[in-house]
Amino acid sequence: MHMADALLSPAVGGAMWAVSAGAIAFSSQKVRKELDDRKVPLMGVLGAFLFAAQMINFTIPATGSSGHLGGGLLLTILLGPHAAFLTIASVLVVQALFFADGGLLALGCNIFNMGFIPAFIVYPLIHKRIVGNEPSQARLAAATMLSAIIGLQLGPFGVVLETLFSGISSLPFSTFVLLMQPIHLAIGIIEGVVTVAVVSFVFKARPEILKGALEARPIGGQPVRNVVLTFLVAAFLAGGVVSWYASKNPDGLEWAITKVTGKADLEGSKQGLHGALAALQEATAFLPDYSFKKSAEPKEAAMPAGELKKDQARPQGEQKKDDGSKLGTSVSGLLGSLMVLVLAFLCGFLLKKRGQAV
Amino acid sequence: MPSIEGALLDFKRLDQLATGDTAIHHLDPRAKVLVTLVFIVSVISFGRYELTAMAPFFIFPVVMVALGNLPPLYIVKKIMLLCPFVLMVGVFNPIFDRTILVQFGPIGISGGWISFASIIARSALTVSVALILVGLTGFPAICWALERLGMPQAFAVQLVFLYRYIFVLTDEGARMARARELRSFGVKGLGMKAYGPLLGHLLLRTWSRAERIHMAMLTRGFTGEFHTRNEFRFGKREILFLLGWTAVFALLRLNNCSQLCGALFIRILP
Repeated sequence: MHMADALLSPAVGGAMWAVSAGAIAFSSQKVRKELDDRKVPLMGVLGAFLFAAQMINFTIPATGSSGHLGGGLLLTILLGPHAAFLTIASVLVVQALFFADGGLLALGCNIFNMGFIPAFIVYPLIHKRIVGNEPSQARLAAATMLSAIIGLQLGPFGVVLETLFSGISSLPFSTFVLLMQPIHLAIGIIEGVVTVAVVSFVFKARPEILKGALEARPIGGQPVRNVVLTFLVAAFLAGGVVSWYASKNPDGLEWAITKVTGKADLEGSKQGLHGALAALQEATAFLPDYSFKKSAEPKEAAMPAGELKKDQARPQGEQKKDDGSKLGTSVSGLLGSLMVLVLAFLCGFLLKKRGQAV
Repeated sequence: MPSIEGALLDFKRLDQLATGDTAIHHLDPRAKVLVTLVFIVSVISFGRYELTAMAPFFIFPVVMVALGNLPPLYIVKKIMLLCPFVLMVGVFNPIFDRTILVQFGPIGISGGWISFASIIARSALTVSVALILVGLTGFPAICWALERLGMPQAFAVQLVFLYRYIFVLTDEGARMARARELRSFGVKGLGMKAYGPLLGHLLLRTWSRAERIHMAMLTRGFTGEFHTRNEFRFGKREILFLLGWTAVFALLRLNNCSQLCGALFIRILP
């Protein structure tokens, strides 16, 4: 379920980074203010526990395949939202760096989908409500089960939205949703069963850990709800509006230029270094427009403004197609790619040789 | 199924690479983190049908691997295990996007295939630079750099703590998993019934370990931050490194160098 760099646009990635960084800053401040420095080693070691737990598999009954604990919800139940959010985020940072799970730009998305959602949305709004002030084992189990399922529906839905807004994948929204949600319903149920098993074990063996976790913090009241609302609004603003603008603005610009010049070409309008290099490119390349198919261009030029507004995804695709046919897909482009790759690796090889000789 | 110990060894190997002794290893971590971010943003910002313009970007990981004396085969192998999620999503592009974009004589290549190839190239580039960053810098140094670049201190402490105990706890988890396997004869006992209490025990042990660590830290005067010797300085070499690569990326981003090269070659050829 890790979102990946390769499917992200910079606007969406940047927006989600901003949201997650804000949440990390906020939670850090909270954890510091709590002045319970017992939590510091506890968070660190529990993060490492999550790592170990994710490596231990179990056999899923009747299917023969194996599964493992995700653990976001478990940590939230044990540590409370702020500390758990920081812990999950730190685990994701390590995964992004060492296992290349997702990537560095996608880290913002992943922290949001797998950390923010369980800690700040599902836990206070669902788990806390059901468990109430008098935790019994049955209530705890029901709340945990439901929270796990809902959390694992919201997280993948975040992935779907982020992928969709980025516009790198051509998967239509409905197909993607139908692919992701049922799979994660199954994963959510498994996660729920496992989390319930671990939580009830802890509840039996050392009830004071859970009781302490449930009673010590006044969660579920106004403050957390406000925080959640603020962040939700921020997320929608950042994730929705920013990326919407980012994907739409170039469109509008392109469309305007098409109207004005009758040619959807931005290259010429740029000045300075780029202009000079473009001139150089013009001078050296006599094959730039060798085998392009320019079918998309007139269509877009003919499209009235109303249509552009109506359909956000399509004009963006059209514009990208324009880009694609404008640049880089000619014979010379492919040939050049090969040459450049060979050059790059030769370069590395020579550097390495030199390094060994010294 | 890969064993837990195998995964751990792989993890430790990447971690060990950071102890290398090359000029790149000695650069200030902040410079390397920033260059990596600039690289990723430039690669990601390409349109979805861009493929050829991405090829020159491979120069950065290749040069870093060579200069940093990292084992190239190891890095390539890790990149080959490309995130399966990316492949799963990417493979739908050729199905849903059938507009023909390029025509080589009778063979037409649809936009879907081009964007699929583009997704794989992006994935290879972004994954490789993340791995290379760790291999050249090391996790604690990256944390230090991020903290200097504005990451909240509590989160930095959390990252350092996590890193210190990953190895301890995964070892413990691996031992427990092996003990369970030895007692289950491959079938019985690997299911849910034993799994919950197994993890529960690991959790309780972890909890009491945290309490012991906390007491040990208190006796040594822990006040909420780690004090480490600062060995790095953002000097001339770092500025050169940062500006140099940024200029290269900007140049490659704004110009399709593959196309330039190819055109030049075709012109020289006859």
